[in-house]
Amino acid sequence: MSFLNDPIGIIGNWLTNLMTGWGLAPGFAQVITMTIGAFVLAMSGLMLVVFTIVMERKLYGRIQDRFGPNRIGPWGLLQTIPDMIKIFTKEYITPAGADKVPYNLAPILSVGGALMVWAVLPFASNIFGTDINVGVLYIVAVGAIGALGIILAGWASNNKYALVGAIRAVSQVVSFEVPMVLALLVPVILARAMGVNSIVDAQSESVWYFLLSPVAALIFFISSQAEVGRAPFDLLEAESEIVSGFQVEYSGLKFGWFFVGEFLHAFTISALMATLFFGGWSGPWVKAFPLLGVFYLLIKSFAVYLIVILMRIALPRLRIDQMLNFNWKFLVPLGLVTVMMTAVIEKAMPLLNVSDTWAPFLRVGAHLLVNLIIIWVVAVILRKTFARREPPVVGQPRPVAVPPPAPAPVESPAAEMP
Amino acid sequence: MGAMQILFLLAAAAVLGAAILVVTSRNLVHAALWLIVALFGVAVVYVLLNAGFFAIVQVVIYIGAIAILFIFAVMLTRQIGGKDGGSQNHSTWWVAALLSLLLMVGIVWILSTWQGFATELPALANEKELISELGKSLVSTYLLPFELASVLLVAALIGAIYVSWEKSR
Amino acid sequence: MIPLSWYLVFAAALFCIGLFGVLSRKNAIAILMGIELMLNAVNVNLIAFWRYRTPDTIAGQAFAIMVFAVAAAEVAVGLALIIAVYRRRNTVVADEIDLMKW
Repeated sequence: MSFLNDPIGIIGNWLTNLMTGWGLAPGFAQVITMTIGAFVLAMSGLMLVVFTIVMERKLYGRIQDRFGPNRIGPWGLLQTIPDMIKIFTKEYITPAGADKVPYNLAPILSVGGALMVWAVLPFASNIFGTDINVGVLYIVAVGAIGALGIILAGWASNNKYALVGAIRAVSQVVSFEVPMVLALLVPVILARAMGVNSIVDAQSESVWYFLLSPVAALIFFISSQAEVGRAPFDLLEAESEIVSGFQVEYSGLKFGWFFVGEFLHAFTISALMATLFFGGWSGPWVKAFPLLGVFYLLIKSFAVYLIVILMRIALPRLRIDQMLNFNWKFLVPLGLVTVMMTAVIEKAMPLLNVSDTWAPFLRVGAHLLVNLIIIWVVAVILRKTFARREPPVVGQPRPVAVPPPAPAPVESPAAEMP
Repeated sequence: MGAMQILFLLAAAAVLGAAILVVTSRNLVHAALWLIVALFGVAVVYVLLNAGFFAIVQVVIYIGAIAILFIFAVMLTRQIGGKDGGSQNHSTWWVAALLSLLLMVGIVWILSTWQGFATELPALANEKELISELGKSLVSTYLLPFELASVLLVAALIGAIYVSWEKSR
Repeated sequence: MIPLSWYLVFAAALFCIGLFGVLSRKNAIAILMGIELMLNAVNVNLIAFWRYRTPDTIAGQAFAIMVFAVAAAEVAVGLALIIAVYRRRNTVVADEIDLMKW
């Protein structure tokens, strides 16, 4: 039973003991164990992508009235493996005039930026890479590295389309970071902690933060979609405008890395959403069996990921001015208001002197109420701003074809005939 | 030589090497990329100084925003007509080098006469509480500088928007 | 362990490299990069002094945060100015922006 409660810790201890038994210094053995752990974590992240790709393609197929991949493996589940083999055998083409080092570094950075988030994701109360006390800030910092990969790719390819993609990526990723950080502040304020595991802990003791602040959850969801660069925000690779943008000059496995990076980032964002707003590993009986937490987290992440995929399938691509307007004129003010209101309520709660039994309910109620009021006000403002106006009259309306009046009944000459 | 010292020397060498490339590279985008390497190395130095928070803030602000802005600005102001080639430094760069070297020697000389130059690392009282202490002091003791910094940032935001505003006709 | 002197010499070297960049570069953006290096050297100094001399007070860290804010503001305004100048004069070379020079 003890093994099932803390498998990672026990395996780690066993490995460290094994290596110190071989005569290694304890500190060195610890470093090797941690390296192995990081490797296993990264590989499991990459293996997960194999299945998220199949899931996405299946859903795509269903919505477009096709079957989707259905030949290889049961229900086509293994379709990605032949695709991988195909992409392994393709030729690498480095365009003339490409800047070699940044060109080859870019795909690695784009996958690495997504994988590094996994270091702070708590899969269960005792299964996590590390629990640094500024975890949320770390997530933001790592997001910047992914953006850097895209910019490097666009610039180093020596291609105008790629450069346009990179410039779009800068404006999109950097500006959508602002509402994302604002939305991330809300769980930090609510949990009074910046460590990701502490936030999940705080949620398992009260309720999911989605219930406390749905507005923040929605802002985070939307802005992280833009951060990943998936439809409807896939302006950086818009096929029909700039022929897939920053990745246009990549082939073979290097393109594959960008592909993997995008899918991995999308799933990582879903897992983050599940962790920060939907309670992460918390769930029934998780105190007795911590391993259940992995199951809960995966269920929640896949549920969020399903919505991500449906959004990608259903929504058309935004124009670049629409995207930036939406960010700076809508998401950022909304995020600022949400953060301020959350802080005010959190500060005002202890002043009310409510008994301990009712205080949590009052807190949840107040937060939810304020969030609903924010949503309502936003809806009213939006309705006023974007109300359907009658088109202005620029001239006389076009004459409508009117049937000519029926000819007057002519007296039939026959009647006059005597 | 402990592991910390080796780590510091590696990070310092990486930062200084990258910094030299930042100020001498002919291609400005390369200079910006080397700037990222240098800033990342400075973040490692912060970690060695038990300031993990500053290391992450360094990555967020410098690499996530400032370095990317630099790359963006270089891309936006690239000369099409081939003026990019050639040295990006003045022909009298050796005067600047001499001045910098003299300043370096002077700083080190003055520092070496200071009795606290070789202070050994004191133990930290409570390592876990550092960030909350910092946060609390920012909204109590250092409230005025903190607010001034926010006003400065807002002013910079508005100023940057105004300066780069392209007036339509 | 590492004595304070290592950090100070390192910061001094970084500062001087930044100074060299500011003095010798033609391109205004590259001059800003040199300034960034100098600000980073200052920050390393501030945090090293905090860690070695006054680890119990928070002043050094608070100062470093101000430097971060100032650096961000400086880059935003500086790059905006450079891009505005580039639009009008079609150059980013500091010596060619000499309209105010008499």
